[in-house]
Amino acid sequence: MRLLAPCHPEGEARGTFEATGKVPRWARDDSKWWRTLCVMIVMLCSLPALAVDPSEMLKDPALEARARELGQTLRCVVCQNQSIDDSAAEVARDMRRAVRERLSAGDSDAQVYDFMVARYGDYVLLKPPFKLGTLVLWLGAPLLLLIAASAILLTALRRRVMAPLPPLSDEERERLRSLLGRDGDAVAPSEAQRSRGGLPGSNKVSPLGPSARGRDDA
Amino acid sequence: MSRRLLFLLPLATLALMAGFFAWSLMAGRDPASIGSVMVGRPAPRLDVRALRDGDKPLTDALLRTGKPTIVNFFASWCTPCLAEHPLFTRLARRDGAVIVGIAWKNKPEEARAWLAKLGDPFLYAGQDFDGRTGIDWGLSGVPETYLVDGNGIVRFHFRGPITEKDVRDTILPFLKSGA
Amino acid sequence: MIPELGHFALILALAVALVQGTLPLVGAARGDGRLMALGSTAALTQALLVVVAFAALTQAYVTSDFSVANVVANSHSAKPLVYKISGVWGNHEGSMLLWALILAVFGAAVAVFGANLPDTLRARVLAIQALIGVGFLAFLLFTSNPFERLSPAPADGNGLNPLLQDPGLAFHPPLLYLGYVGFSVTYAFAIAALLEGRVDPAWARWVRPWTLAAWCFLTLGIALGSWWAYYILGWGGFWFWDPVENASLMPWLAGTALLHSAIVVEKRDALKSWTVLLAILAFSLSLLGTFLVRSGVLTSVHAFAQDPARGLYILAFLLTVTGGGLALYAWRAPKLTSSGLFQPVSREGALILNNLLLCTLAATVLLGTLYPLFLDLLTGNKVSVGPPFFNATFVPICAPLFAALCVGPFLGWKRAELWPALQQLRVAFLVAVVAAIVAAVAIDSRSTLAAVAFGFGVWLIVGSLVEFVGRLRLGRAPWAESLRRLRATPRASLGMTISHAALGVVVLGAVATGAWHLEVIQTLKPGEKTRIASYDITLVRVDNVQGPNYVAERATLAVTVGGRPFTVLEPERRLFTVQRRQVAETAIHSNGFRDLYAALGEGDRNGWVVRLYLNPLAPWIWLGAALCAFGGFVSLSDRRLRIGAPSRRPAVQAAE
Repeated sequence: MRLLAPCHPEGEARGTFEATGKVPRWARDDSKWWRTLCVMIVMLCSLPALAVDPSEMLKDPALEARARELGQTLRCVVCQNQSIDDSAAEVARDMRRAVRERLSAGDSDAQVYDFMVARYGDYVLLKPPFKLGTLVLWLGAPLLLLIAASAILLTALRRRVMAPLPPLSDEERERLRSLLGRDGDAVAPSEAQRSRGGLPGSNKVSPLGPSARGRDDA
Repeated sequence: MSRRLLFLLPLATLALMAGFFAWSLMAGRDPASIGSVMVGRPAPRLDVRALRDGDKPLTDALLRTGKPTIVNFFASWCTPCLAEHPLFTRLARRDGAVIVGIAWKNKPEEARAWLAKLGDPFLYAGQDFDGRTGIDWGLSGVPETYLVDGNGIVRFHFRGPITEKDVRDTILPFLKSGA
Repeated sequence: MIPELGHFALILALAVALVQGTLPLVGAARGDGRLMALGSTAALTQALLVVVAFAALTQAYVTSDFSVANVVANSHSAKPLVYKISGVWGNHEGSMLLWALILAVFGAAVAVFGANLPDTLRARVLAIQALIGVGFLAFLLFTSNPFERLSPAPADGNGLNPLLQDPGLAFHPPLLYLGYVGFSVTYAFAIAALLEGRVDPAWARWVRPWTLAAWCFLTLGIALGSWWAYYILGWGGFWFWDPVENASLMPWLAGTALLHSAIVVEKRDALKSWTVLLAILAFSLSLLGTFLVRSGVLTSVHAFAQDPARGLYILAFLLTVTGGGLALYAWRAPKLTSSGLFQPVSREGALILNNLLLCTLAATVLLGTLYPLFLDLLTGNKVSVGPPFFNATFVPICAPLFAALCVGPFLGWKRAELWPALQQLRVAFLVAVVAAIVAAVAIDSRSTLAAVAFGFGVWLIVGSLVEFVGRLRLGRAPWAESLRRLRATPRASLGMTISHAALGVVVLGAVATGAWHLEVIQTLKPGEKTRIASYDITLVRVDNVQGPNYVAERATLAVTVGGRPFTVLEPERRLFTVQRRQVAETAIHSNGFRDLYAALGEGDRNGWVVRLYLNPLAPWIWLGAALCAFGGFVSLSDRRLRIGAPSRRPAVQAAE
């Protein structure tokens, strides 16, 4: 691992109150500060109150809107999980300008992405491209869902074949209806909760027998 | 049996993940490293004004001379640049390396003063005040150093200051082999 | 002297935790009542000792004792008292001590409130809890001792990270840790149950309150963190899919799934091994979060000082806890059989669907968070996984979850019919569709997706209310009858309705502010004005202000509506003098339905950059989240959970 990290001017340049130049006095004069400074990049990036500013915006509102949208999907390369649109870093500002220049030159969104990827690699895209290396990323979770869902369904179906639940007989339906009719007065709270909604819900009329008996609440 | 395997699945997943974590920690992977796509590709466009008064502008031709060239982005406000500066001075004086220095986001007079004070190892010095060339080179900050071979192909890229070890293990062999 | 006392208390706590982690286990295995009883005493003693240690460190902070290295590194005498206190956990060592404290207090709580637990179960739960404590205490003592002295003592400290000097962030970690650590109890119950080879409805009933409590705190913690990001970061975003945020979201998702699956165990004696797995996972994911934040394997805006040696320790600990739990699971869980049968279309089926989708969401977050690491190690390719990825993968999975969420409560246990349930929801469906159409037509014709998402939010609220109204027979029965039903409604169901509807409130807030916010970024000179929606905003002046430990530039923005004064916004940019670091202090005027939000940017002779936002329904995000947690607390207050004292029915035997 590298002992010394590269330093970036963003914080010093844009972070001081004395707007005297690129670098504040305390950073220029005292060389022990640089270490701290480089660590501080993290925090300085997270000062988006200083991000996109009016001077860099495009005149054409439609184009500017596109630039903002693109900016939100491009990663500031010195920041941690921040888009160039949200970042106060100097490089992010340059990248925003590059995006706007490309758009003004008539580039499509795809061409702007290509421009950035050619310089900073896939790393610059906050939404990784769909390709071999990111297959698992994109398809992993949905695939898992699919496998789990089909496994559960298969098990359920198999169980159904093995032990089919008999449908309610007419007699049972009649009983159920009479029970539900009475439930307004007679049913305890927990039971009320249970017999609400779909018709065959109540434990008391369960056709399944004792094996499926639920716990009583009271 | 297959049911039992199913119950082992969470443990297996954990083992896999932990393996990756341990690997990452042992290998000392730097999560902030962004890599570089430049290595192995022709060097990006170079077209900047000279830093020193009277010099000619720096162009691509400088990178296709048949000689290996070091391209270093620096700035006078950048303290890590101070750390690596003596190494470049030595590379230029003792090893006769061709070094292109580009002052990134730096007022030319400040960069010039900085070089005047510390010594100027750059055969060619340019300025990239607005950072456009930096973007073209995939720069994220300074210092960054590119080793470009005689055919104009980028062979190595260092983010952050170069070290004694980099010089010994990478830069000197590169200068010899590419000559 | 006092720091040494704290250090000593910590060492004693470790010794007590070792006893608590072993002897009760032996006792439970041998049926030795005295050894088992030791667990409760030890748990209380351990909690007391850690409280002493924590108090000692707090004392060092409050009195600015700069002979303690930790205080020097993270505090400063000029800091306001509240941030001296929050500084205790605003650093690696102190936050680990807070972890240990909460862990010990939860252990003591199990000892105090667990009187109705069978002796063996209680002994085992306390022992597992203590073993986790051993890990944390040893970690503290051997790698991160917060009481280390510094000699000679410097005159003053380095101060606390300014971003942490904020009421939102001061109390965000304790809440979050209450959530994370709360899941340790759930984990301990799961391991104890596996050791006993027995998971039954009574077990689920005992676990549920702990899960609920942890879940409520975690919900609040996440919400507070998001609120903090919203007002401090200065551009009105509230969720950034940062690894650290993701690390807190994963246990929340697993915990939410656990809350629901535990109901199935409790009511229907089914889904046992799955529930036990979730209980292990919820805590494991909490630990994973800690590992990710502290080890340096990932970068994050929020990361603590990172140290590979600590990283390896936490990794080893994570492996022991999670790996041990999962190995035990692989060994014992196959023996857990369920007796409750049910049809796919049933309350159980709906809860399984809920679990499936929640787990898919958690898997999405996990994969997205760790993928850059995996890919880099395997291929050396660097990728970034950011908000656009999660918007494209996470959000679509929410759709079926939300759709099903309102239907589930209408389904009966064991077997139900879908159609009658849907018919009862037709009002909710109509309202949601109308809301979506209105949103698409009236607010924003550009973004159909946002309109649909808005419809989902309305669906969640109305759907939950329809179910509630139906339960009370409101309007269909006499008032007295409805009132009687309301009183008879179990608190747990009431909590469910509140939390489900609250989720809808969060969705509405997130969609509205995310998709339909207005933004004005402009350079203003004093005296100049701009306009956002119907608000005219004038930059009156920018002053230099002296705070206790910072200097600030404060803008005064006069807001008028139709020429009449409406309010004054005073956003600041603070420069913390000790750390030379800047923090934006935004100004927000909220009326509960929208936030008028102002942040101050850079300024020079040409004027000041002012960023203004109008965020519709933004307060609802946190209001909804708080309501969601409130629903959890309502459910927690259910008499059946509080005193319930469910005794095990001898007939229900899980094993074999």
